[in-house]
Parts: sequence; structure tokens; C-alpha cells
Amino acid sequence: MSAAGRVLRSRAGAAGAALLLVLAATSVLAVTAVPPEAFREWGNPASWLSHPRAAAPAWAGLIQQERIPEHLLLEGPRAGGSAGATHTETRVFEFDYEYDGFPSDLIYGFEASYEGSPLLLLRLERPDGSSMRIYSAPLPFHGEYGAQHVRVFSADHAVRKNAAMQAPAAPLLPGAPAERLLFSDGAGGPLAGRYALVADVHSAAGGIAVSGESLVVGGRAFGLMGTDELRRDVATGLLLGAPIALFIGLSVSISSVAAGLLYGVYAGYRGGRTDEAMMRLNDVAYAIPALPLLVMLAVTVSGSIFVMAGFLALFGWVGVAKVSRSMALQIRTRGYVDAAALMGHGSGRIIRRHILPQMLPYALASVAISVPAAITTEAGLSFLGLVDPSFPTWGQMLHDADVHGAGSRGMWWWIVPPGVMIAVTGLAFVLLGNAIESATDVRSQALRTRG
Amino acid sequence: MGLARYAASRAAAMSGVLLATVLITIAVVGSNMDVILKQGISVQVRTELAADPATVASFGTPEEFEAYVAGIVREREVLLGLDEPWYSPLRLGQSVYRVITLDFGHATFLTGDTGSTSVSEIILEKLPRTILLFTTATAAISLIGILLGALAGSRAGSAPDRATSAFAVASSSFPVWWVGILMIFLLAFTYQVFPARSTPDLPPTDPGYAASLLYHMALPLITLVLVGFGSWAYLVRNFMSGIMREDFVAAKAAIGIPRRRIVYTHALRNAAPPIVTVLALSLSGSLGGAIITEAVFDWPGMGRLYFEAITALDLPVIVGATFVLTVFFLASVLAADILYGYFDPRIRAR
Repeated sequence: MSAAGRVLRSRAGAAGAALLLVLAATSVLAVTAVPPEAFREWGNPASWLSHPRAAAPAWAGLIQQERIPEHLLLEGPRAGGSAGATHTETRVFEFDYEYDGFPSDLIYGFEASYEGSPLLLLRLERPDGSSMRIYSAPLPFHGEYGAQHVRVFSADHAVRKNAAMQAPAAPLLPGAPAERLLFSDGAGGPLAGRYALVADVHSAAGGIAVSGESLVVGGRAFGLMGTDELRRDVATGLLLGAPIALFIGLSVSISSVAAGLLYGVYAGYRGGRTDEAMMRLNDVAYAIPALPLLVMLAVTVSGSIFVMAGFLALFGWVGVAKVSRSMALQIRTRGYVDAAALMGHGSGRIIRRHILPQMLPYALASVAISVPAAITTEAGLSFLGLVDPSFPTWGQMLHDADVHGAGSRGMWWWIVPPGVMIAVTGLAFVLLGNAIESATDVRSQALRTRG
Repeated sequence: MGLARYAASRAAAMSGVLLATVLITIAVVGSNMDVILKQGISVQVRTELAADPATVASFGTPEEFEAYVAGIVREREVLLGLDEPWYSPLRLGQSVYRVITLDFGHATFLTGDTGSTSVSEIILEKLPRTILLFTTATAAISLIGILLGALAGSRAGSAPDRATSAFAVASSSFPVWWVGILMIFLLAFTYQVFPARSTPDLPPTDPGYAASLLYHMALPLITLVLVGFGSWAYLVRNFMSGIMREDFVAAKAAIGIPRRRIVYTHALRNAAPPIVTVLALSLSGSLGGAIITEAVFDWPGMGRLYFEAITALDLPVIVGATFVLTVFFLASVLAADILYGYFDPRIRAR
């Protein structure tokens, strides 16, 4: 059976390969299906406004046995209007609200083209038939007919004030946010039933056009993995983190294993004083405390993720060099190496043709086994906030979670998944590496025969 | 090569590493350090002059005043040797000498618990806590690991053996600090058993300080042990399973010595050399990881001091903490090397 076959036959190897395949597929999906802008938009709060803040995964309600308010994004409202002395555009959003909690916020956004300064009126009609005027303000003045993007948040001071004046439950709930006042049933819970938000734009100065209307009724449950404090979709972050983690892990481990292999093989093949000097240098490099220096370099030199990968590789080659030297020492004494040398082949050619191919299985296993360390170290540095935050890495997500106190606020969906992804990625490579090692039994094979 | 000569050559290599690390540290912070020192002098001169209105009034134009200030600043820079760049042989030598003689100077921003700004005092305050946490954790990890590993290794292929191996592979994939976050989430916030922040809330002079320190240490300790003992057990298991196949084990079993006694006394004694060696190495490894672990738990030791110094760019503290961390790291590497050479004479014969 071929070595690859043996790797896949072992249970650990098959599990590792399967996990890796899933991760690779995820990465391909992240790179192809998600537009490249998404990577840049990750850190831009404006692009996440239509998402809820700190929402649990949508399936969390099934576990907690309650109807967690879902996140509602309403588009395409019922449109109406009238043209007379004043021109009026009316939009009506109707939605059913049957949950055990209050919405986290209301956001109404639209695009308006107008002249002058039209008046925007928002009214909430409740299931009990009552109606509350929650917002009344002029739109920004336009001297000439032009477009304006408008957003009204329930966190707006005016909205809260209007709600406090009109909501029957207001005296009972001093200091409560607007959503709580607007949706209260007067007994502490939300009033269930059909609500309608009516938005009127009145203009006395001619025609208005309203487009792109959307109403966000912020829920506390959203999507596959929920959202974080900055309204970002955690599932998207996990997806975007996969190719970056694989890139860091593979680039660091491949370059450090290649460097260590060449260093060790050269030292072992040349032997003598060269070997002695190179191994002393290796001893020195082996004893350098990597993490304190990495932290220092990240702060003083650059926090870019690519520079970080370079630094990690700088500290990663040492162990591989030590082992490959001792393997090269053994292979060097074999007959075919002597024969090649007698035939007048140069040392470069002998190393390339006769020694390196022997060490390929060991190199592959080392690459696989050193990936997790690279990924966890990078994640650790990101967690400390030392790496450029513009890329959504898993360590960066955990850093954000830590900064926003996710643990004390019970936001498990922000803490658990990124760590699980790091661990699963590491596990995949460790299983695969162990399987390669035991299938090819590389070290003992290289050391078994002499001469 | 005798053991003494081997130890001496290893110690020489370690001194080389120490010197190299000090040089790297100075190279990384050196230019920043000069800028900060020069700014400090300029501020100092201006503050002194502000308290002396008579001198200030004697200048006709602002240019004259500036020239006067620049002159004094230059004088003091020369006095302190700052007119030469940090990489000039004289200054580099001075810096290295100062670090090696543990003269770290005063911190720029950070202070110790007592308000002291002396870097040596701050470090002396934090170092015992790091040593306390990490040696306790290493001791607990090795004890559990050795017992569990001996059990697994003496019955290769059994259920406890397979469970140990699986747990070892799985636990080594989890970053310690992430498990720490989970533990804080579970045992400090969800079930309020332990404090979330590990900084003791009593002053060191309080009689209850020791108890408070241990209580606050519990969560990081549990985390370190939980993540660490699996791979230890796996290591010991591998040593043990090799020894259990040796002839002397079979012979002892044949003359009727109980299996338990063979495993825990005879076999374990034979596995001791590599175990002790790896123990020393793992201590150095955990010291390196202290930076992230202590940041997660807010444990007031060297790792957190180092991280605080880095984020505040408190250069004297960075230099001092790097040096002390490196010394401890190298001491345990050296201990591992010497133990290795002591137990395995082939290493010395290279």
C-alpha cells in the first residue's frame, strides 16, 4: 500500500484529512463566494447597521425555551401618497411581534430626493389600537432638488422623549429605553400582536421621491452564530477567518520547515567544523525566548499579519534543523551516497537527489505538526491586540469579545466558536501529521540501516 | 567530554544567548529610548526656566531664548552621553553593562503596588507570583501526568490508554488562554465560584493576603493543569510503554512481584531521566506563555507586567522584564540540558 493510502486508512489520518477538507472548502467558499470588499468591510461599523447588536444565534431560543425576539429587516412597505398644496409620501411597515422580549432597537432608513426641507413624521400603531407619534423633524435643507440619505434610530433622544410622553406605561418605567416604552403591555412584558410603523414625508416645496426604505426591528437572535457588540455577523467572521488561519499556519510552517530542513541537511552532510559551528548557532536560536520577542517586535516593528508570519517563521525552524541534521548524518553514511560521490557528483546534487527525497515524509509530517503552533501563536498575539485589526482573524474576534466583556455579559456565541475553530484547525493538522509519521515511520526508517 | 565540561559549554552557549537577547532588546527599544530621554531633558530645562522669571525676562527676542534653551539641552545631552547614537560602542557597552548588573533604572509610567517606580523593585514584586503560579501548575501537571501516564503506558491499547492519548491530542490543540476565557465564563460569571480577575483585593500587608492570593490563583491554576496534564500523560505513557516491553519487567513479573509495584517503582524509576529532563524544559515553555495567560486572568505577575510595559511603551520596564524573563527561561533550559547530559552520556560524547 502506498504511504498516502496508509495515512488515509488510519482512523486519525482519515479524521484529520476530512477536517482539513472541510476547512479548505470553507476557505474556498470564503474567498470566492464572499466579495473581497467583505474583508475590508469587516472593521467598518457602517456596513453592519442592518444587523442587531449582540444578538444570540437564532437557534438559541430552542435551547432556552423562550421566544427570543428575532431580528426583523423589513423592506418594500405599503406605499401611498397625495399631491395637493403639500406633497405627501406615506410608507407603512406592518409586522407581527410575538416574542418574550423587547426589540433591541428600531432603525428606519430611506433615500429621499426633494427640494427645501420636508417634514418627516413617524407613528407607531400598536395592536391595542393606540397610536404614538414617535418622531417629527425636518429633513436637512436642500436648496436645489437633490438626494439625501436619512436614518432615524430609536436611540435618538427625541424618540425616547416622545415615547415617554405618550406611552401609558411610561410612569412605571422611568429611564427605560424607547423600545421598551413603545412595545410595553403595561405589565412588564411586550404587547403581542400586529404593529405598524407609518412614515410620512410632507413637502410644501414640490415633489419628493422616496426609495430604498427599510425598517430594522432589532432582535436578540440572528443568523447561524449571532452577532457581536459591533453588530457584525459572527458566522461571517468565522468564515472569513478560515483562509487567513490556513494562510498563516501553512506559510509559516512550510517556510520554517523548509529553512530548517536545508539548514540541518547542509550541516549534517558537510559535517566537521561546519556542522559544529552551525549546530552551536542552532543551540543559541533554540534557547531564545520567542514569545516576549514576538510581542516586542509586533509593537515596535509592525503589526501587519504578513510581517507577523515572517517573524513566526524566524523562530520556527530550529527544532526541524536539529532533527534533519541527525537524519542527514545517518543517510550520508549509506552506500549510494558514497557511490554518487565517487561518481563525481557535487554535494548540491547529492543533497538534492539522494538526501532530500528520503526526508520528504518527515518534512510533510513536520509541516502538519507545526501548523497548530503557528496558528495559536498568531491568535494569541491577535488576542493581545498586537496584530493589525483590519483582518477578521479568530484571535482578533476573541480580542474584541474580551474588550467588550463578552464573558460577563453571557455572550457565549462570541467566545466559544472562534476558539473551537482554532482548536479544530489545529486538531486536523496534528491528526494528519501523526498519521503521516506513523504510516511512514520516518525517523526509524532513516535511522534503521547504516551503510 | 566530562559532565563538568559539558555543563560549562552549555552555560557558555546560554550566556551567548543572554547577551544576544539583551542586544536585540536594546536594538529594538534603543532609538525610541533616546528620543524619550531627549524630550525629557528639554521638558526639564523648560520647567526649571519657568520657575526662574528673572532669567527669562533677560532675553530680548524669543529666538535668543530658544537658542539659550537649546544650548543647555545640548550641554546636558553631552553630560549624559546622548550626543552619541545608542549604537555607538561606548553607549552600547554601557547599556549592556547596566542591564547585566540589574541596574534597570526607573519606569516611565508604571509603578509597583507600593507606588515605587524603580524597575528592580517592580520586578521583585511580580516575579514571586509568576514563579508561584507556574511552578505550582507544573508540579500538579507532572504529578497527574506521571500517574496517569504510568497507568496508560503499563496497559498499552487498553481503554484508559486510548482515552489518555485522545485527550492529549485534543487538549494540546486548544490554546491555554482560550480555555482560560471559557473557565472565567463558566466558573466566574455563570457559576460564581472563583473571582474573574486574579489580582488579590487585599494589600500585601493584610494578614489575609496569602489566603486571598491562593483563592485568586485557583482559576488560572485549574486552567493550566487542565490543558497541560494530557500531553504530559501522553509523554510518560510513551516512555513507559517502551520500558514495559523490556526483559527486566517480564523477569520481575515472572518471580511474582505485583504488577502495581513493578509499574510504580521499577518501571517508573527507569523512565525518570527523560521525564525529569522534559519537566525542566516544560517549565521554560510555560514561562514564555505567561504573557498571554496572565493577561487573560489578570494575574499580577511578570507576564502581565511585560504586557503592560509593551502597551504603554515603558522602555526601562521592557528591557528589565525581558532580561529577567530570559534569565529564567535560560536557567530552566540549562537545567534541562545538564540533566539530559547527566542521564544520557551519549549527548556529551558528540
